Amino acid sequence: MGLQRYVGRRLVQLVITYWVFLTLLFGIFRLAPGDPTSMYQMDGLSPEARQQILERLGLNDPLHVQYMRFMVDFITGNWGDSFRYGEPVMDIIVIKFWNTVLLMGPAFFLAFAIGIIFGAFMGWVRGTKKEKGGLILTLFARSSPEFWIGIIVLMVFTFQLGWFPSGGIRAPGAEINSFWGRYLAWDFLHHLALPLLTGVIFYMATPTLLMRSSMISVLNSDFVEMKKAEGIPEYIILYKHAARNSILPVTTVVAIVIGLTIGGSLVIETVFNWPGMGREMVQSVTYNDYNVSQAIFFLMGSVVIFMNLVADIAYVYLDPRVRFDEQ
Amino acid sequence: MSFSDILNRGGSDTPSGVGIGQRIREAFQSTVDLFSGERMGQFGVFLLITFILLAMTAPLLAPYNPDTRHEAEDGSLLRLAEPSGDHLLGTNHEGQDVLSQVLYGTQVSVFVGLFAALIAVFIGTNVGLITAYYGGLVDDILMRLVDIAYGLPFLPFVIVLVFIFGADLFNIVLVIAALLWRDSARVVRAEVLTQKERDYVESAEAIGASDFRILYRHILPNVLPIAFLYIAFAIAYAVIFEASIAFLGYGDPELISWGKMLYQAYTFGAIRFAWWWVIPPGILLMFLVSSVFFIGRTLEKFTNPELRH
Repeated sequence: MGLQRYVGRRLVQLVITYWVFLTLLFGIFRLAPGDPTSMYQMDGLSPEARQQILERLGLNDPLHVQYMRFMVDFITGNWGDSFRYGEPVMDIIVIKFWNTVLLMGPAFFLAFAIGIIFGAFMGWVRGTKKEKGGLILTLFARSSPEFWIGIIVLMVFTFQLGWFPSGGIRAPGAEINSFWGRYLAWDFLHHLALPLLTGVIFYMATPTLLMRSSMISVLNSDFVEMKKAEGIPEYIILYKHAARNSILPVTTVVAIVIGLTIGGSLVIETVFNWPGMGREMVQSVTYNDYNVSQAIFFLMGSVVIFMNLVADIAYVYLDPRVRFDEQ
Repeated sequence: MSFSDILNRGGSDTPSGVGIGQRIREAFQSTVDLFSGERMGQFGVFLLITFILLAMTAPLLAPYNPDTRHEAEDGSLLRLAEPSGDHLLGTNHEGQDVLSQVLYGTQVSVFVGLFAALIAVFIGTNVGLITAYYGGLVDDILMRLVDIAYGLPFLPFVIVLVFIFGADLFNIVLVIAALLWRDSARVVRAEVLTQKERDYVESAEAIGASDFRILYRHILPNVLPIAFLYIAFAIAYAVIFEASIAFLGYGDPELISWGKMLYQAYTFGAIRFAWWWVIPPGILLMFLVSSVFFIGRTLEKFTNPELRH
């Protein structure tokens, strides 16, 4: 089977996955306890007024009507209004989406970059005390939930050293004039540092460990011996030749780490009061704000599904040995 | 000797006359063999056993009832007291003894970790066995299900489900297991695909052994090492997820867990000063999770497939 047919089949799978994902999304948010009016009932909302709200939101229609409307609306990007803010969900999410992407994206890339360099180094010094120490540190980093790393980072860099702010995305009262003005600012980077560090520490463990073991198997192969015999300096062999050949297996965990990163945004953003999608998701679930939470859930799932596709295609593209029908 | 050889001593190659007692002794001996010379693995086993013992004996070891609000001599609530002889790890914002809370918290993490992992790997192993052995439509459908499970953002999904079904400890276990099975299903399937081509499966088929017998009597013992490895990974993830759920405020409201302690300390702003309240649950979480990763490293040396973790 050729690459084209493989990609074609993979795209069909993507559509099926998406359909099941949307159906699940519809199902779970209808099963949720309470409805958007529940939290106002204490404030003396009359049953008639409540029915009116439900009617207006279309929550009294038969389920299959709601399902069809849900599917059409979601695909066309019409995600309704937030019950809580009274504004279109799209408007609320756009800024939060970028806030999350600009935090978790760099965390993801740095985690892989540092993990690959660090893992290659550990593979190179295999069998030494340095390697063992590095390995234990990596395992401990991987064993610490993001919020625990975040708390330690806060305790050290904010409360002890006072170098960074404890949370938020910019100093209170900062003037924002444009999209770029919002992010291309020293203030933003200053706020970004700690949540970014937290993410990198947690996510780099997986690529590090994989790079290390992959490196060890490459280093045992003949061509490294030959390069050594040619008299090429060790660090050039390490990073130019051996590391290059070890990177391929590391790409197999890209999708897994993306999934972790998306989920991690909930925790990291909560710890650092980062106004992103993750924190918004946690809050909207509590407030029964279905439209917001399902839209965020949809976006997060889309990122994971899409990155899985990209990772699979990249993998077969990079490694001609993979048989396409092995999927 | 490979790990699967060791396991097989108690598995399909054992003469049928051997009693169950001897099999258990052999299984125990082979486990000891496996970890001999493996310092990290031994450390992991030691830690894990310690945590399980702590969880079982928490009610005996805890100096106080974890819910009791202690009072100072003048009758006021003993809030945020620093560690002292009476309260080795001080008290929290409600005057409760931190040491007792930490000990009881062990129960939640150990319980969720072990049960969610066992359920997840039980499902995953069976799905892997069946899909790889039968192939065809069954394989297609179940593997699409695995793909979908991979497409769901894990933590958000767990939080939504826990919120819908109620933040009760059993629900948390089931919800975590309902997503975690995908990992073991995928690797067990890959392993069974290679085992299926081996001679022993063909011979079993030739003498007319039933599918059930081939799958569970012949193939299963050979994929058990990977299943064990994935139990270790699953424990780690389950503990992290339970703690994360609790930290976000969706934990079982009736129980004290490490994640919940950190949630309370965080929301109270205590990480600025009350180290005695913040450090212990976090450190223990880290050690519990790392114990299974250390064990995993030893198991990995004996399975050594193309691991995705």
